[in-house]
Amino acid sequence: MNLLRVTSPHASGLKKVSGVMRDVLIATVPGILVMTWFFGPGTLINLILGGCVALAVEYGVVALRGRDPRVAIADLSVLVTATLLCIALPPYAPWWLIVIGVLTAVLLGKQVFGGLGYNPFNPAMVGYVVLLISFPVQMSSWALPRDLGAVPGITEALQRVFSPGSIDAMTGATPLDLLRQNTGLLFDDLMTTRPELSGWAGVGWFEVNLAFLAGGLWLLYRRVFTWHAPVAMLATLAFCALAGFDGGSSQSGGSALFHLFSGASMFAAFFIITDPVSSAVSNRGRLIFGALIGLLIYLIRTLGNYPDAVAFAVLILNFCAPFIDHYTQPRVYGTGKPTS
Amino acid sequence: MNQPSYSQLTLNGLWKNNPALVQLLGLCPLLAVTASTVNALGLAAATLFVLVVSNTAVSLIRKVVSDTIRLPVFVMIIAAAVTITELLMQAYSYELYQILGIFLPLITTNCIILGRADAFARKNPLPAAVYDGFIMGLGFGLVLVLLGGIRELLGTGALFADMQLLFGPDAAQWRWEIFSVDYPFLVAILPPGAFLVTGCLIALKNQIDLSLQRRAQAGTHIESVGSKRVRVTGSVS
Repeated sequence: MNLLRVTSPHASGLKKVSGVMRDVLIATVPGILVMTWFFGPGTLINLILGGCVALAVEYGVVALRGRDPRVAIADLSVLVTATLLCIALPPYAPWWLIVIGVLTAVLLGKQVFGGLGYNPFNPAMVGYVVLLISFPVQMSSWALPRDLGAVPGITEALQRVFSPGSIDAMTGATPLDLLRQNTGLLFDDLMTTRPELSGWAGVGWFEVNLAFLAGGLWLLYRRVFTWHAPVAMLATLAFCALAGFDGGSSQSGGSALFHLFSGASMFAAFFIITDPVSSAVSNRGRLIFGALIGLLIYLIRTLGNYPDAVAFAVLILNFCAPFIDHYTQPRVYGTGKPTS
Repeated sequence: MNQPSYSQLTLNGLWKNNPALVQLLGLCPLLAVTASTVNALGLAAATLFVLVVSNTAVSLIRKVVSDTIRLPVFVMIIAAAVTITELLMQAYSYELYQILGIFLPLITTNCIILGRADAFARKNPLPAAVYDGFIMGLGFGLVLVLLGGIRELLGTGALFADMQLLFGPDAAQWRWEIFSVDYPFLVAILPPGAFLVTGCLIALKNQIDLSLQRRAQAGTHIESVGSKRVRVTGSVS
């Protein structure tokens, strides 16, 4: 009998880098659509501009490094970086902000370390943090949602992006800003008196978070990542919010529902901290990784002075990821428990 | 023991063995005070002065002090030189003294100074030691000022602001506004900017070295030998 003799693995996964990246891009679509509905075409302009700059920079840098730029472009990873960054940037941000952000993310976050797979930090968050500490004014002026201010049309939006300062723009405090600036009102009173906070977690923000949650669940279903990091992060964030709720006093850190569905919570849980390169590797490690990010997000949101806490929390835990990996190395199958 | 020539010392201090770009010594003040040209210039001058004084003293006592106790003696000498510098700066540029703050006394622990004392001054006669201290201080200072200039330019759009702190009231007009920006690139004058700009300078220096080397050995292939030291960005001689 003539059997075909091949060594394992006998089944090969069909997931390639480009396939995973394509799934991630598809999964951001509902969130982008909801953002566009509530905040106008600003996010779309961010994405188109950022995407073009990212492709051009990646092509140029990879060619300079003596690699084949077509391969680097084809794995779509640079588009994912640009997409995640441009979703996080405020709509109608001036064009130079987007260009500097994308340049920083691709050059400083990714290519100086050797490109895809070698970056110790999440490139999109590197870009975001450099912008946040350099241009705090532009980075913390977020557009008002549809029900509270007029959503600009395409022409006005382009004008605001490409000749900033030429027209007056309507920006306002985000729900997280309002909560942080609140000094005198009980939490429930704050939620009812401010029009931005009607609903559960702020006008527009709740829906945006739901959309990113839906995209994230689809990615989970597609097995792009495991459940460990997102669940750990969201559970810790909710637990911290419950612990710091303070009975809804004026010093309250906000309710768990508010924290889960406001700001960038869902976006971070499913799109940022699940980056396979810069996060912890083992399942146990990802639980720790996610939980610590959740804790830091809550602490920076309630005690810090930034629009949101995700970028700093993620970067700090990116630092810790190799350390977490060291202590959560899984036992090799068939070997005994380590005798330490 | 053959003495290195003055041209060799110059080349080493300014380029081949530059304290800031190749040996990566004294990074703490390098990163902390180079947010503006005037701060960088002040610290560069102070470091240069301490380096020359300590090299002079160490070279003079090199035959008297035994090897076993040399390090404490060197540190005492350096601390004395730093104290002199501090008192001088308090007398002549008090505001800059306050701006530089803790980084003036910290010159005592700057590895460049102890490094040159131990590696060069204690083995060489006075003139060579003084010259080495001067040229190493100059190499460090030039990088410091370059870094301060780049960061000030990126972060504020101007150069040579606040020069009156060092050069008297007349220098207040030296501020040279190159471009005016509504929103300066703040990260350049914040601590991360120091790391980024220093990294770019080191990369630039290595690139220049590399292209010079390629031009020199065009056509010939030379095997590289020897081991590399950790925490060094070029080859140390």
